[in-house]
Amino acid sequence: MKNQSITLSTAVAFAFMGAATTASADTLRLLTWGGYAPEEVVAKFEAETGHTVEVTKSNNEEMIAKLRATGGGGFDLAQPSQDRIAGPQQEFGIYKPIDLTKIDAAQFIPSMLEATKINTTVDGAVYGVPHVWGTSGLVVDTKSAASVQDYTDLCDADVAGKVSYRLKRPTLIGFAYAMGLDPFAAYGDEAAYSDIMSQVEAKLIECKAGVKTYWGGGDELMGLMRSGEVVASMAWDTGGWKLNADNPDITFVAPASGALGWVDTFVLPAKGKADEAAYAWINFVMQPEVAAMITAAAGNFTAAQGADAYAADDLKARYQASFPPEAIDNIKWYPPVPAGLEAIEGGVLDRVKAAN
Amino acid sequence: MRNEAKLGLALLLTPLLLWLSLLIFIPHVDVFLVSLRERVGVGTYETSLANYLTFFNEPLYLWTFLRTAVMSVLATVITLLIAFPVSYYIAKMVKGRVQSALFLLCLVPFWVSELVRTFGWMILLRETGVFSSLLQFTGLSSGPVEMLYNDGAIMLGLVYTSMLFMVVPLVTTLESLPDEVVEAGYDLGGNGLSVLREIIVPHAMPGIVSGCIVVFMLSLGNYLTPTMLGGKESLWFTELIYSQFIVRFNWELGAAFGFMLLILSSAIVWGMLKLTGQSLEKTMG
Repeated sequence: MKNQSITLSTAVAFAFMGAATTASADTLRLLTWGGYAPEEVVAKFEAETGHTVEVTKSNNEEMIAKLRATGGGGFDLAQPSQDRIAGPQQEFGIYKPIDLTKIDAAQFIPSMLEATKINTTVDGAVYGVPHVWGTSGLVVDTKSAASVQDYTDLCDADVAGKVSYRLKRPTLIGFAYAMGLDPFAAYGDEAAYSDIMSQVEAKLIECKAGVKTYWGGGDELMGLMRSGEVVASMAWDTGGWKLNADNPDITFVAPASGALGWVDTFVLPAKGKADEAAYAWINFVMQPEVAAMITAAAGNFTAAQGADAYAADDLKARYQASFPPEAIDNIKWYPPVPAGLEAIEGGVLDRVKAAN
Repeated sequence: MRNEAKLGLALLLTPLLLWLSLLIFIPHVDVFLVSLRERVGVGTYETSLANYLTFFNEPLYLWTFLRTAVMSVLATVITLLIAFPVSYYIAKMVKGRVQSALFLLCLVPFWVSELVRTFGWMILLRETGVFSSLLQFTGLSSGPVEMLYNDGAIMLGLVYTSMLFMVVPLVTTLESLPDEVVEAGYDLGGNGLSVLREIIVPHAMPGIVSGCIVVFMLSLGNYLTPTMLGGKESLWFTELIYSQFIVRFNWELGAAFGFMLLILSSAIVWGMLKLTGQSLEKTMG
């Protein structure tokens, strides 16, 4: 009996060790957004490098929550937005610095690489490099809601009951800009930021009666817009372009007060085990041809130098229609969110949700 | 021999104890410890009751909890009122294959996940949905009707989701009621109402109590149904916990909310049992 159990436990121990060795170096556990790691790209990468890739799809908040729960373990490469790197790093220490010598900098658009490096620097170390960028603004059915040109137009009486937006921080920021305030300038000053947020809160409560519902995910928004139940909404540019492909009346509009620009990055989780594979993946997907494949899948453009040449013509046409040159200059890029601001925004969002 | 029996018992108990301690007890202790931390600066924490004070000092959170509790009680009562006649019919009025078939019909919706069922209701209730189109087609309504995103839709979803958990215990207890007892009630001059009040309901009490507890707890802890069917008007307590953990990175407050939910919901169940003169022992025994 005793001997048997010893044999059994050794067998179990060996099984675990076996599992541990197979899960090392060559498996890249990628925590990313839907569309950022299309099947064909993964297959090409696996064929070229011999590494295998496990893709987990997520969003900004979940990525940080997952990494926080494990102290930065469980994944080898993650893709949060650049404004969500410095704050969580200071607060939770979930990332590790990027070794820039292992990155082929020539593949990146220089201005984007520099901006991201500055935004993701904590204590002199760089934690992120840019990958995919895009904007959020308005998706409008131009036939029935042409009057909607800015975030605050969503409160107009003539579209009441037919508008939607997310109850999340981009909405607070967007409304603040549309109301003539400058929330990004107040990031460093908690009192000033609280003041701006309370003005936005009053506005959002005033607008609530005319909102159909607060959408939670991209698919929900697509359903609302396609069925015509909603004619104007806050949304990502890709969402608008996707809808435009089905129904030419619906398109993405850069708001008068400026679209909000985000950059999703590559970061290394603190306890990632396959750094070599992670660097290989970064250098692989930043090649112009591969970056164009990701643009085709995700709908957004990347920070890869020269990838535009490979992008599909209809996507380029939609991009140019939504973004005349002055709208591009007017994009408000998210600066890093200082730790603790979420608590102020959280209170505002809770009160708006509870208001009648 | 004796030792072997002991060993056997220990081995049999091990999975249960491991499950209880690793998946239930330790996480609860951990959540409790997290709820006692207060963030005082970047990455620094102190032990304090600040998170619990936030719950009591911010009327919004207390109000949300009350709303959730009242809606859950209401959902429980409605579920009971609908499920009782249904269960009585299944347990007493029909026999054999019809009985099994009806019982199976109650079960069938639960073969698909809650998410799919909720999406089903969304398709039925939305402005461009089935009911709205039907009303317009029959001329009962001149324009599209929005039935989603309000308290009524949440209630509908909650009752629908919990129906089975009320029907099963009721059918089981009602089946154990001998027909002769009901007949004797009528023979002794009782009418339908007095037989129901004096014989059927008292006999079914354990089933009613256990069904009500399960339905109440399920409604209180439901996340999906209120969020999806309630839309902008949802405001459910579990939603607050989720947003503290995932959206706000405020695990400390989220953990405190989680513990308050556990304590307050237990208190409500205990209070209801006292109020109706029932006890858990009677229900279980």
